[in-house]
Amino acid sequence: MTANESAGNAQYIMKASGVCKKFGFVQALKNVSFEVGPNEIVGLIGDNGAGKSTLIKTLTGVHQADSGELYWKGTQLTNYSVHAARDMGIVTVFQDRALSEQHSIWRNIFMGKELTGWGGFLRVKKQKEETQRMMREMMGFTSSFMTPDTPVGNMSGGERQGVAICRALYFEADLIILDEPTGGLSLSETRKVLKFVRSIKESGKSCIFISHNMYHVYPVADRIIVLDRGEIVDAFVKGQIDIETLEARLLEIAGTSDIDLKVPVGSKAIARE
Amino acid sequence: MSRARSFFYRHRIEFAVLGVFFALIAVFAIANPKVFLNYRAYTAVFTTLGASIILVTSNVFIVASGELDLSFPSVIGLSAMVFAMLARAGISPVLALFASLVTGAFCGYVNGMLVTKVGLSSLVSTLGMNFLLRGLIMIITGGLAIPLTFMLESTIAKVFAGTIGVFPVQLLWGLGFALIGWLLFTRHKFGGHVCYTGDNITSAREMGIRVDRVKIWTFMLMGFSAGFVGVLVTLLNNTFWPTTGDGYLLLILAAVFLGGTPTWGGIGTIWGAVIGAFILGFIETGIIASGLTGFYTQFFYGVILILALISHRYVGLKKK
Ligand SMILES: Nc1ncnc2c1ncn2[C@@H]1O[C@H](COP(=O)(O)OP(=O)(O)OP(=O)(O)O)[C@@H](O)[C@H]1O
Ligand SMILES: [Mg+2]
Repeated sequence: MTANESAGNAQYIMKASGVCKKFGFVQALKNVSFEVGPNEIVGLIGDNGAGKSTLIKTLTGVHQADSGELYWKGTQLTNYSVHAARDMGIVTVFQDRALSEQHSIWRNIFMGKELTGWGGFLRVKKQKEETQRMMREMMGFTSSFMTPDTPVGNMSGGERQGVAICRALYFEADLIILDEPTGGLSLSETRKVLKFVRSIKESGKSCIFISHNMYHVYPVADRIIVLDRGEIVDAFVKGQIDIETLEARLLEIAGTSDIDLKVPVGSKAIARE
Repeated sequence: MSRARSFFYRHRIEFAVLGVFFALIAVFAIANPKVFLNYRAYTAVFTTLGASIILVTSNVFIVASGELDLSFPSVIGLSAMVFAMLARAGISPVLALFASLVTGAFCGYVNGMLVTKVGLSSLVSTLGMNFLLRGLIMIITGGLAIPLTFMLESTIAKVFAGTIGVFPVQLLWGLGFALIGWLLFTRHKFGGHVCYTGDNITSAREMGIRVDRVKIWTFMLMGFSAGFVGVLVTLLNNTFWPTTGDGYLLLILAAVFLGGTPTWGGIGTIWGAVIGAFILGFIETGIIASGLTGFYTQFFYGVILILALISHRYVGLKKK
């Protein structure tokens, strides 16, 4: 826990303290305290159902915590909502991608944060132009069949993910939250995402990065937090631990380290155990 | 894709509905050219079309938001009653009109709260509201009509139920309302939020759209339009009937679906629904004009509705 404490002494941009969240009988979050420092990349890892998505949905106002407090740059958040989060400067790529499938790419890019002119009317042309530019420069779409008017429902899984990520990139934010951004992506697309996370670091912003793949999280994260059955069970500053030890530790937490000995985890890690 | 082709492609549903409309007109014109090519045949249809256009416009918002409102017929009745009672009590008709609009919007607010905050199914709760409000009208009026013949020559009757030459003003009100509705639906962020909410409410919420608020406003828009229609039909008939609004329900919903707004929410078309209202309006006149009896009307409503749905599938409107 030393890593968590040392970061706690520094100032933070977002902090959760003692957050609990229950869905029926499922205690998805148990007294979770967590913070993200300025210009810090936090890797959040844990098994399926550990509560990672629930945690970030609480941080972004999608879920209201049953108890506990949230702070943004020193002020406690009350009456918190997604709308407020977006206005404060948090953008999120949700695990489900949060797209509106029957609508066009340009509609999806600006969904909930439309560029409007007089009286709340949409600046349709401007939004389409921006989308066209984004598609060319960021997504690398070259297909002439794909225009800003293409419905998102007609796109492949990876392309949809591209839309969700570009949308997050477009809006200026202080904290960027990525829930499994690399899941289901090809090697080259994954690289783009990791490069993007690095660029967040370089531009002085903060990021929470969730992934099952240690090899994606480890190289880009400053600090790694492990969630298990709704609780934070471990936190490491990257220099403290190497990737093999981390992987072995995770298997141990999940209680499957003996099973997974058959899997080539990396013989060094097993030897260390 | 060229601009024209892309425009055509994006509006293929509306063009399909328009095609159905012209096919219908052609059939009637061939069946009895004399009556059908005479402008008087149209003025009869146009007189009642204004109210229908207003109602289909708001219903597109409701259906696109992923809900249904089956209570609007009784909201029309209740607002009309408020208007008639106030007007008869000697209150300024403009004030009575205002009260009627507020009544409608308030009913919509209650519907919206029941759906979003109490979490009821809109299909069932608005059905209940439809019974409840109609019952309320019957209890208050004792089932009696309120004659408003004294308003026959009033300015308000001219403005909301008169004619310009042979052209009924209610059609202008209807088309004006549809135009505003279309701007709101396709060019304003409110319409966008309505559609995103109906398409995938989880996504909409995650993107910071206040989905409950959007739904409540949508129900209020529906109530507001029903209130306006209540005044329009009362002024047209110069009488408030306790049954005012009855009989609109299925026809209006048919026009919305016929017009190419799908049942599953997320998308919709105002102009498609307006054409749908025209189609249903013309069927009755067309049938009489072509020499068939009125008994055929409902039969043709059904035929056209099913044909239209088939044409929508043909141009590619289906749930993903
Ligand atoms: N909206 C909800 N309603 C009921 N239960 C929920 C809801 N969201 C999450 N849960 C439950 O809370 C627990 C944590 O879920 P969560 O989605 O946060 O896990 P996760 O760590 O993101 O898992 P994964 O890696 O599979 O995405 C699970 O047991 C899940 O069933
Ligand atoms: Mg998750």
